[in-house]
Amino acid sequence: MATLDAKIPAGPIKDKWTKHKNDINLVNPANKRLIDIIVVGTGLAGGAAAASLAEMGYSVKAFCFQDSPRRAHSIAAQGGINAAKNYQNDGDSIYRLFYDTVKGGDYRSREANVYRLAEVSGNIIDQCVAQGVPFAREYGGLLDNRSFGGVLVSRTFYAKGQTGQQLLLGAYSAMNRQIGKGKIKMYNRHEMLELVKVDGKARGIIARNLVTGAVESHSAHAVVIASGGYGNVFFLSTNAMGSNTTAAWRVHKKGAYFANPCYTQIHPTCIPRSGDYQSKLTLMSESLRNDGRIWVPKNIDDIEAIRSGKIKPVQIAEENRDYYLERRYPAFGNLVPRDVASRAAKERCDAGYGVNATGEAVYLDFASAIKRYGKEKAIVTGEENPSDSRIIELGEGVIEDKYGNLFQMYEKITDDNPYKTPMQIYPAVHYTMGGIWVDYNLMTSVPGCYAAGEANFSDHGANRLGASALMQGLADGYFVLPYTIGDYLADDIRTGEIPTDSTEFKEAEEAVKARITKFMDNKGTKSVDHFHKLLGKIMWDKVGMARNEKHLKEAIAEIRVVREEFYKNVLIPGGAMELNPELEKALRVEDFLELGELFACDALARTESCGGHFREESVELDGPQKGEAKRDDTNFAYVSAWEWTGDPGQAKLHKEELEFNDIELKQRSYK
Amino acid sequence: MSKSGPLSSSIARKMAMALSAFFLMFFLLQHLTINMTSVIDGDTFNDLSQFMGTNFLVQYILQPVLLLGVVFHFVIGFVLELKNRSARDVRYVKYKGAASATWMSRNMILTGLVILAFMGLHFYDFWIPELKTKFIDGDWSGMVAGEEGYRYLTELKHKFENPVRVGIYVVSFILLGLHLAHGFNSAFQSMGANNKYTKGLKKFGIAFSVLIPLGFIFIALFHHFNH
Amino acid sequence: MKLTLKVWRQKSANDKGKIETYPIDNISEHMSFLEMMDVLNEQLITEGKIPVSFDHDCREGICGMCSMHINGEPHGPDRGVATCQLHMRKFKDGDTIYIEPFRAKGFPIIKDLVVDRSAFDRIQHAGGFVSVNTSGNTQDANALPIPKADADTAFDSATCIGCGACVAACKNASAMLFVSAKVSQFSLLPQGKVEAKRRVLHMVEQMDKEGFGNCTNTGACEVECPKGISLENIARMNREYLKASVSSSK
Repeated sequence: MATLDAKIPAGPIKDKWTKHKNDINLVNPANKRLIDIIVVGTGLAGGAAAASLAEMGYSVKAFCFQDSPRRAHSIAAQGGINAAKNYQNDGDSIYRLFYDTVKGGDYRSREANVYRLAEVSGNIIDQCVAQGVPFAREYGGLLDNRSFGGVLVSRTFYAKGQTGQQLLLGAYSAMNRQIGKGKIKMYNRHEMLELVKVDGKARGIIARNLVTGAVESHSAHAVVIASGGYGNVFFLSTNAMGSNTTAAWRVHKKGAYFANPCYTQIHPTCIPRSGDYQSKLTLMSESLRNDGRIWVPKNIDDIEAIRSGKIKPVQIAEENRDYYLERRYPAFGNLVPRDVASRAAKERCDAGYGVNATGEAVYLDFASAIKRYGKEKAIVTGEENPSDSRIIELGEGVIEDKYGNLFQMYEKITDDNPYKTPMQIYPAVHYTMGGIWVDYNLMTSVPGCYAAGEANFSDHGANRLGASALMQGLADGYFVLPYTIGDYLADDIRTGEIPTDSTEFKEAEEAVKARITKFMDNKGTKSVDHFHKLLGKIMWDKVGMARNEKHLKEAIAEIRVVREEFYKNVLIPGGAMELNPELEKALRVEDFLELGELFACDALARTESCGGHFREESVELDGPQKGEAKRDDTNFAYVSAWEWTGDPGQAKLHKEELEFNDIELKQRSYK
Repeated sequence: MSKSGPLSSSIARKMAMALSAFFLMFFLLQHLTINMTSVIDGDTFNDLSQFMGTNFLVQYILQPVLLLGVVFHFVIGFVLELKNRSARDVRYVKYKGAASATWMSRNMILTGLVILAFMGLHFYDFWIPELKTKFIDGDWSGMVAGEEGYRYLTELKHKFENPVRVGIYVVSFILLGLHLAHGFNSAFQSMGANNKYTKGLKKFGIAFSVLIPLGFIFIALFHHFNH
Repeated sequence: MKLTLKVWRQKSANDKGKIETYPIDNISEHMSFLEMMDVLNEQLITEGKIPVSFDHDCREGICGMCSMHINGEPHGPDRGVATCQLHMRKFKDGDTIYIEPFRAKGFPIIKDLVVDRSAFDRIQHAGGFVSVNTSGNTQDANALPIPKADADTAFDSATCIGCGACVAACKNASAMLFVSAKVSQFSLLPQGKVEAKRRVLHMVEQMDKEGFGNCTNTGACEVECPKGISLENIARMNREYLKASVSSSK
């Protein structure tokens, strides 16, 4: 096993980034326009990077598979974005954000990267406000903050339940300015299908025009992958239908190491699955846990009565309810981090206490918050001796102000009124902390190929805190990549335009065309979704919230069978030279089927439990933490970076040892 | 900004529509006020009619401006309609316009055309005879030879004897009301008025679109039944 | 539920296109409309036919990609939702459902129910931004207080998802609601005021170039908008436009 050099600058942690910025090479403004950069993906990381690089003078080519950069799935992020501004005077600081992020990530992230993230977090808010992002404000006209799960300060900036949308539209507007100036050439409805390397360096991509079906070569001096996470390997996730791993996986197959694929975040508050036809899952913001209490009935008889519709949840008496998070984690209660909350829900449902027909749902109840707020409101408005129904009315008003849009969304989807009956929730795959391995400069192991945002592995360790994904995407895109990429490109000022008629491009193009032809000519009988669902089921059942050796080994074997069957039996209707969504899906699922296996292999190799990765074999056996996940810092304080060798099951492991100089490794306790 | 004339942009066109609409709505109010006197006091009506019919400012400045205003409103209206039709070159197989917009707002061209046709009749009834008397016969006295007092009220009453004509007038006024029901507030919206007074203005607009045509209908029916 | 679907099929931009009828069975009322379409496509694939192409992505009502005209209305009969959040419980067993693409000259059809809405992007390129470069040195976010009411109104305008339902619903295929939402957002914030005149003039000019119709204030856009973007935005844009045209030196 080889070790990896993350190229972390020397010096004290708080000076690393400043010093590094001062040391790295710059590109003369006159030379920047001679340099092309391809950015794949236009979410927060890609959009921000494309706009910033174009502002600096580079010629940017941006790609997205959607019809507009504004549709990237960053848009769906609800809750907010963290920044160590300390506007609330609650003792927040760069160090504290850094500390919380490393601790929240269960000590599996790279200290230097996280510190830098915390350092630039304040600039992100300044930048977004300058762009006209309408964050929530207080009556005094200053920015409002809310608190989010797993931390003790209020550092989350938000725009109602649509923070991701507003930030993405900010980045999109910055892109628009550059597109209008001709500095960004935008390729909508294009999907990257291959990375092209010339002399060992990333020099371009092969992309398919999804409207015409044409397979096109695009060259550049550097390629940035900002294509998001791979949660859709589970078929059902809160990701968008089109979210895929193809760009990341293709880069991996061209030599970029894939790090920690098994670190997946399962978000505890999603709307449960309602049937086999389910195409995706919908997240309800984590902020709901600030006021909602999570419970299941104590008695199994009540469960049966509820499932058969004989009784309603509101009829179950207080003493017959099990508020299991409050019971197990008295200190944090319903506000434990996401991984902990998700596993606790699974534990109850596995024990047979799931409250819907599928047995996979728990209650999120606002009744006590409604009563509490109602009483407070009555005092504020000076109503004396309000009746119970008046209190509830007032309380519902307060809840509506806070979560109105989420409650409405819930009602539209489930047809249940969450003001009157508890919500049903269940964990769902939401975010992938793992991704393409990158060094401190965000460069992958392929020279000239960078990865930013959720697509890389860098900052969240084994578990991501709420409101940190937006922060990382924008930090990478606005403030990190634009500097670090110059260091590499400084050597390219004399290279000139990269020709696309070289053998390397021709070969890559032919390989892509061959893949497409193989699918189109396949005389199969089953749709792509059929195989994607099979893969998703294996992943969820055996590589999901709790993993063990037996299941992981079974999963690896089963995925290989599905993959074989997929190549033999998939059916793609229509033609290759036209808009063909089935072909698009096939090319994505092909890569998911390989990634899924590597994912399981990684989970198998990491026999410790950490963050979102829970190995049933690795739990505390006694003491106050009995039954909780047990991390193994002696043997696993490293990043697993996998090198492609031609078969996902035979990937070669490289380790990046994680050093903790500024934070002491501790057990995460939320008791 | 406009590259080829002041009406090249879509917003400029809708503002032109709104401004001419304001002018025409003001004219309607003025027309109704004068006509109303025919019900209350015939002499006042005759005096006002003689004034309007012979005053230089009214005859040679306001009247042409009014005509221009009418023509302008119709022409822009047609241009808008044509442009708007071409903005959806292939029609929907199923289009449920009623689900999201009022009949009035969707059929301004229809109500407008009816009003245009009505104006033809109205000109034929009143304006053309008036022009003939004044400009061909050269009679500016407002009198009929051998009779006492002005002729205006008599002529008005005479016109409303025919029940068919009255019927046409009534129907046209109803359509005018429908045209106004959307047009009044639409004109304000086009000019950018949308604030805390909008709610009140909306109600006023509805009242305007009911009362103005109702007034005209009342006058027509009054004279029909009282001659 | 058993339904009869009447779906617009069109092979490509140049094809003429026509309505095809597909019977479909075993539809659960808990399905979303797009999941029903998934079932239809699965059925078509099994029958060896070409599935129906339609745009969709996030399926939670925020990306703005889905764009179906259902039974005569964009995003169907429910209010405040995009097609992806429309559920089959809004229909009855035995219903006939017409499914068409959003239609407008500014939204040319690519295939079946997929339309090209890049006109919206081009309108944004013309001025839908604040000209500020990325820099770690913009002033502190709290240096410039913004009245809460203005920030909230700007937010409401900014929630537009750019789906194009306003254009699809409008009998004139006008894009005024979409354009006015962006103009409004920036005109309400101090950061956007500097370029306000230039922005509104350029964006309206581009909107007209794209072939959208003229607004006649029917209000259909507001009713059909999945995000409830208000007509107030159009009035605000008209005001801004008037101000800008009167005072512009060009």
